[in-house]
Amino acid sequence: MKAYLTRRYHFSSAHRLHNEEFSAEKNREVYGKCNNPHGHGHNYVAEVTVSGPVNAATGMVCNLADLDAFARTNVVDAFDHMNLNTLQCFVNLVPTTENLTIEIYKRFEDGFDKARLERVRVEETGNNSFEYSGK
Amino acid sequence: MVLLTRKAEFSASHYYWNAAWSEAENVRVFGKCANRNGHGHNYTLEVTVAGEVDGASGFVVDLKALKDILEDEVVSVYDHRHLNLEVPEFADVIPTTENIAIAVWKRLEGKVPGATLHRVRVYEMPDLFADYYGESA
Repeated sequence: MKAYLTRRYHFSSAHRLHNEEFSAEKNREVYGKCNNPHGHGHNYVAEVTVSGPVNAATGMVCNLADLDAFARTNVVDAFDHMNLNTLQCFVNLVPTTENLTIEIYKRFEDGFDKARLERVRVEETGNNSFEYSGK
Repeated sequence: MVLLTRKAEFSASHYYWNAAWSEAENVRVFGKCANRNGHGHNYTLEVTVAGEVDGASGFVVDLKALKDILEDEVVSVYDHRHLNLEVPEFADVIPTTENIAIAVWKRLEGKVPGATLHRVRVYEMPDLFADYYGESA
């Protein structure tokens, strides 16, 4: 019996949307307020969905403690109260929430082997969210 | 085809325990959830049904009928109950969020007139939920 388990993780980070390849004018045109040189921040929510058969002995798709521990190390501790632009993964990548969603997906895809990764959805604010389910 | 979702809420207690395991193993796997005195949650149930929009009524399903089915089949059985001790399907099945979603599916399957059950989603808390789409999904 295949079931899907979804967990939401919260972190708050700063970012600035800026492309070095663009002129100052072009950056302002493309990114608007998000190009403010001093950055701005959001309370992000990362929603991670995994799936698999429900283990008959535990009643679980995967142990929530394992999922939480992985998310804490690789998402919450990595991004919370950080400036995303300063992180290695965004040195050459604009930290839009699209790119942040893909980065979080890759971290789970590469490192979490207790259940099948289905989807990562990131809310940047209550009104906009982004989803990535692999290619 | 249109999908329609109805929510319902219930509050219940439970604990996680596998009787085939030692106490130490239960605590190792289930952590705080293995406390035999139980703990509880405010659950939110989201039931999604699929069907064609009736030309005369404009409905996929009669919402009042769906509400009554959720009340009779699930809420009245689970609300303010200890799931392990008072709900028959959890006598031998650990009432994890995943298993609650499957149990609710089994309780509702075939009982919604004129529509097909599409998904059962159970929130144990706002940041944790399980989805079940039936055995064939």
